Amino acid sequence: MHEMAITESVIAAVSEKVGDRRVQRVSLAVGRLSGVVAESVYFYFDLATEGTPLEGSKLEIIDIPGRARCRSCGAEVELEDMIALCTCGSADLEILSGEELTIKEVELEA
Amino acid sequence: MCTTCGCGSDEVVVTDPDHRHDHDHNHGGHHHGEGHVHVHDDRSARTLVLEQAVLAKNDALADANRSWFAEQRILAVNLMSSPGAGKTTLLERTITDLSAELPLAVVEGDQETLLDADRIRATGCRVVQINTGAGCHLDADMVARGLKVLEPRPGSILLIENVGNLVCPAMFDLGERAKVVIMSVTEGQDKPLKYPQMFRAAELMVLNKVDLLPYVQFDPEQCITYARQVNPKLEVVSVSATRGDGLDAWYDWLRDQR
Repeated sequence: MHEMAITESVIAAVSEKVGDRRVQRVSLAVGRLSGVVAESVYFYFDLATEGTPLEGSKLEIIDIPGRARCRSCGAEVELEDMIALCTCGSADLEILSGEELTIKEVELEA
Repeated sequence: MCTTCGCGSDEVVVTDPDHRHDHDHNHGGHHHGEGHVHVHDDRSARTLVLEQAVLAKNDALADANRSWFAEQRILAVNLMSSPGAGKTTLLERTITDLSAELPLAVVEGDQETLLDADRIRATGCRVVQINTGAGCHLDADMVARGLKVLEPRPGSILLIENVGNLVCPAMFDLGERAKVVIMSVTEGQDKPLKYPQMFRAAELMVLNKVDLLPYVQFDPEQCITYARQVNPKLEVVSVSATRGDGLDAWYDWLRDQR
């Protein structure tokens, strides 16, 4: 349910940057370990952009897979979620990617 | 009528339960710096490359809170759990046992009512209630507004009781020194696996209501194993906030953070 607050944070941050220019497209990086469900952000985006410079714009979400390095055996592993283990059985993983929650760029109307 | 913080356009309400009357509110006192964000135009004038964290604004406000806590030598701890895990009871007991030794102050976060702030106030502790309305978590701005009303003493311990929720509060930095997750043995022992974000963000898990272990299907060792699968560095203390078991370990942890 925090996706509503996340979506509003995206809209507020973009609105602050673009002033009164209209936005055509927003691209957002969402890591699989970020705790944010992309489908929910899509769902809220159209509702929450009403009356803002982002109204009618297209939201693109870039999915960032989770990757980690095992502190026990040194292997690099893909993480589907935060409770994954290394193949050696260790849970002591250093997350390398997948926690991103970043506004990458916005495209403005000509 | 409540002491209402009138700033902001949202429905968040900050109340000092000792002074339920209208008061002026301004943004004097500690200063919030804006976050440092790189923005530049891409090769196409129509594309703005932002590369900005979605929660950058909250993070900047949290940093401002953190600086203010450091200046004031205040230890701020963010207490999070699902509703009913015993946060407020743990606070009441902590205040009763420690207030002679340590100056304490409390920020209470709930969607509605002053019930928790009233419980804390009954202990004689300084407290401010933040009602988030529809909001499911505290954020750094709400805490900053609460601090202006609460005015915690320099050198004190500030215990922030977040809205009861194991999901959203984990994402929002308040400027605290540490996050603590409270879990009770009346919940499922697999909760750390179901809500990994929360248990990964926390430095300490307080496993509460251990006095009820004879009556529930709950394996504390298995729960702790699950929690450390998500967060290998997680410290754990097992307590009963009502009966008093294990509270010395919780108090020692608090003292060690100062």
